[in-house]
Amino acid sequence: MLRCVRKLATPSIGRCASTLVLVEHNGAAVNPATLHTITAANKLGGPVHALVVGDSGCQEVAAAASQIPGVEKVLVSESSALKGQISEAVSAVILDVQAKNNYSHILANGTVFGKNILPRIGAKLDVAPISDIIGVQSEDTFVRTIYAGNAIQTIQSIDPVKIVTVRSTAFEAAPSEGGSAATETVEVDVSNDKSEFIEAKISKSDRPELASANIVISGGRGLKNGENFEMLYTLADKMGAAVGASRAAVDAGYVPSDLQVGQTGKMIAPDLYIAVGISGAIQHLAGMKDSKTIVAINKDGEAPIFQVSDYGLVDDLFKAVPEMIEGIEQQ
Amino acid sequence: MSGLRVLVGCKRVIDYAVKIRVRPDHLGVVTDGVKHSMNPFDENAVEEAVRMKQKKVAKEIIVASCGPTQSQETIRTALAMGADRGIHVELAKGEEDLQPLAVAKVFAKLVEKEKPDLVILGKQAIDDDSNQTTQLLAGLLDWPQGTMASVLEHSDGVLKITREIDGGLEDISVKLPAVVSADLRLNEPRYATLPNIMKAKKKKIEKMSVADIGVDVTPRLKVQNVVDPPVREAGDKVPDVSVLIEKMKEKGHLK
Repeated sequence: MLRCVRKLATPSIGRCASTLVLVEHNGAAVNPATLHTITAANKLGGPVHALVVGDSGCQEVAAAASQIPGVEKVLVSESSALKGQISEAVSAVILDVQAKNNYSHILANGTVFGKNILPRIGAKLDVAPISDIIGVQSEDTFVRTIYAGNAIQTIQSIDPVKIVTVRSTAFEAAPSEGGSAATETVEVDVSNDKSEFIEAKISKSDRPELASANIVISGGRGLKNGENFEMLYTLADKMGAAVGASRAAVDAGYVPSDLQVGQTGKMIAPDLYIAVGISGAIQHLAGMKDSKTIVAINKDGEAPIFQVSDYGLVDDLFKAVPEMIEGIEQQ
Repeated sequence: MSGLRVLVGCKRVIDYAVKIRVRPDHLGVVTDGVKHSMNPFDENAVEEAVRMKQKKVAKEIIVASCGPTQSQETIRTALAMGADRGIHVELAKGEEDLQPLAVAKVFAKLVEKEKPDLVILGKQAIDDDSNQTTQLLAGLLDWPQGTMASVLEHSDGVLKITREIDGGLEDISVKLPAVVSADLRLNEPRYATLPNIMKAKKKKIEKMSVADIGVDVTPRLKVQNVVDPPVREAGDKVPDVSVLIEKMKEKGHLK
């Protein structure tokens, strides 16, 4: 189903939108964030093609991507040059695919993965990339936040190709089943002698992914050390939650950097966000103020976090958190 | 080993602690009379270059900034932190909305002129929050990139970079010349001491215009409007944990 939208106001060549979505994956499964990006892609009108690149597991990932409704075709490019999905190699594949198919839009997740790669494409195509959109108004007009989410900007791109990263929390996830796209292998000669992927140190956890969890419990400087985070992990396990942290806690070394929620960390919007020992600096709020319910526990009743929390408990967290663990256990 | 020439970019932005206000014309935010500072990530970038010089890995640090007249203050701060000389690309009237692609093109020209071995920029500017300039510059130059860097180690023309990624950390290596973006935990930036601020006054800042450089900086993204975000009202305080649990149960958050 193709819907052509001619926008005479824009100096583009009046062709239909056609979108390429760079799929984020770990060699086994499609990253949930991609499902949200596909929803954004489908708002543009026109066919949506998914691109899976990597050095292993791509066929498996492509098979999963082909089941996402709204995806018309899945392109797959697998080679050892794409080890670690290093940006120099991935961008070479995208540029090759773009040269052959001339998409009007190229989208990726507003994750570190997507943000690392897409602007490089922008440079090669002489296009201004658009980071972290929270809304699609039309083929050329998008909404995004600036100043740590304290202002919302609507911008119109005058470039012939739009290169866009998408904030997951602003779009519904497309279903992961129900589609039946065709898969096509793409052979691209990628030669990259300028960079090399060495290794990834991924935090392993049985808990839900922070970026997509329904419940997140975050700790701040109030926790005082990394050991004290144990009680947050215990509470998280009782509630089926993920654990996050403020920048202060990460900087102090209490927890690894991938737990950071905020303007320059992860932007999340879970159903329930419990901020423990977090004061609520502007930069932290940027990362969680779109959560459906916010709970704050802090012994300082004047902490800014209480200005956005739905339920605030002014109490010593070292007393309150164990009480919560016990209270929930009794439920 | 004679040492690397490092080009560092810095941007003058509204200070991170300031509560910004949307302009009445809804085309931007109020900047007049508002406190400005060096973009925090750029402080990390400058600091890293200075540490490289102290370790004798770098031999010269050039700091560049594109901005209005007051960007000179930002460059002076970098010089006071230890950079050797500065370049101020002073924006003319009508060039105020300088977007990442244009910045990258300006820096590409500076790279042509200064021939650095390494360019270090901040990961993102806290006003625009784009996180693009490093990647754009690397793409324009066809140099390898290392974004969100939290550790940089140089050895024989190769930079080993630890990056902060969504799931944890990643190590890559890039051959110089390369472009790198500094993340918060790359280092802890030093404060410019008064003696160093005084010394920095003797350091040279070369001034040039966009026209001098010969780059088209026309914005590609036209700002249609800027508005306040939806206001989140404060809720209630609860007296104790049992009430809190009740409330969470009511909302269906507890199984």
